[in-house]
Amino acid sequence: MLYSEKVMDHFQNPRNVGKMEDADGVGEVGNAKCGDIMKMYIKVKDDIITDVKFNTFGCGSAIATSSMATEMIKGKSIDEALELSNKAVVEALDGLPTNKIHCSVLAEEAVKAAIEDYRSRQTAKEM
Amino acid sequence: MKYIYADHAATTAISEEAKLEMMDCMDRFYGNPSSLHRPGQEAAEMLAECRETVAGLMNADPREIYFTSGGSEADNQALLTAAKVGEKKGKRHLISTAFEHHAVLHTLKRLEQEGFAVTLLPVYDDGLVRPEDVTAAIREDTACVSVMYANNEIGTVQPVREIGEICREKGVLFHVDAVQAAGRLPIDVKDMKIDLLAVSAHKFNGPRGVGALYCRKGIRLVNLIEGGAQERGKRAGTENLPAIAGMATAFAAAWETHKESNEKTAAMRDRLIAGLEKIPHSKLNGDRQKRLPGIVNFCFEGIEGESLLLHLDARGIAASSGSACTSGSLDPSHVLLALGLPHEVAHGSLRLSIGEENTPEEMDYIVKSVTEVVSYLRDMSPVWEELETGKKPHLL
Repeated sequence: MLYSEKVMDHFQNPRNVGKMEDADGVGEVGNAKCGDIMKMYIKVKDDIITDVKFNTFGCGSAIATSSMATEMIKGKSIDEALELSNKAVVEALDGLPTNKIHCSVLAEEAVKAAIEDYRSRQTAKEM
Repeated sequence: MKYIYADHAATTAISEEAKLEMMDCMDRFYGNPSSLHRPGQEAAEMLAECRETVAGLMNADPREIYFTSGGSEADNQALLTAAKVGEKKGKRHLISTAFEHHAVLHTLKRLEQEGFAVTLLPVYDDGLVRPEDVTAAIREDTACVSVMYANNEIGTVQPVREIGEICREKGVLFHVDAVQAAGRLPIDVKDMKIDLLAVSAHKFNGPRGVGALYCRKGIRLVNLIEGGAQERGKRAGTENLPAIAGMATAFAAAWETHKESNEKTAAMRDRLIAGLEKIPHSKLNGDRQKRLPGIVNFCFEGIEGESLLLHLDARGIAASSGSACTSGSLDPSHVLLALGLPHEVAHGSLRLSIGEENTPEEMDYIVKSVTEVVSYLRDMSPVWEELETGKKPHLL
């Protein structure tokens, strides 16, 4: 089997999939030409990520890493979420094939992009 | 519901008769065909019979058939031979097409590194080579033209007869990769003016690991494997007789029933096409008529092929895709790109290749499943969202 059971589970039953109309931060990474795009939405209250949603165009591991990453940052503080590494996502999924590691990098980048968007919105509000 | 195998272009299940033939061959013809004793000579006779069968199925002389480890080896040997033959006459130009199998393209790449010039002809959006393009590409120093009989990903059937005429008239060697066509479409090397041709057993319900190279009399083959007098000294190694016997049996059986089988398969193929075309923003790849009876290739906008395959597998359907994730590189299939499809569309491709053991009911189940999975994946696709909200224009 190409993928671990965990990867297949997150691929077939992705957690937190969907859009969020009233998101506090939205991040989109990847490009369609290369075959992977992840879009992540976060809801933040008192510096805590209270809700996460994602939409992904991509292969099985792209969907599974998105799903796992959303689970790993839900309920965490912004600073904790920023510490999420692609390696941690891979470990949580019981590994990924070597040529799919880039999907986990994309998941990490999507989280960071969403938080960056949240922060820039906050700064804009303060100004 | 039983698992539906719709990946016949990748490989086919071995037929009962080929399997029995192989087991019988292992029991009865255990001798080495190169040995002078009785078991050896019996094996040699069996080998000769198989060669006659395979030769007969392409209107070749048995002495023009060389058994190989499969289609890839046959393609490699054919092209290296054509290049060497040309080089002796100072011809160092090779012509092929942009959507050949990698067994051909990678061999050409190697020859290019050795100083040969290579021209790859376009295949247009219908996946068909134009004979006039072949005529126009042939130069004084052209050694060989290599065109596949039918494409393995989209199934389009090439005008090999016309191209053969052109090549013979111009004195250029013509190689045909007939791996997907053998057992389904007629092969007559004399009539079609073919000089070199490759077939592979496991594409027509024979065993894997065995194929054949047809090399017209008078063309001196270049060895890939040295070390013995087998295959007229052109392919060393003790012959894999059970596999060769399995191939001969399967090839003959496929050809004997090809009319009914093609008819039945083509009807199911058209049922699939009709059903899948109802999915919005989808596209059938390759010419509608000039295609193998069993191959259907579609692109669905806004989704990625590997996800589609995994969901289909979970629903009990085996298919394949030309997406980057399944090609093992960052680029989607070179075949789809050769048709002029943009990368983002080519990533969402699906190949269904069916055989006569499939049923019309299975086609309906495939259509239903693909429709549902595509819709599900589009719902979670940010690319689809952009297309639907008008942020980006639909390409299909």
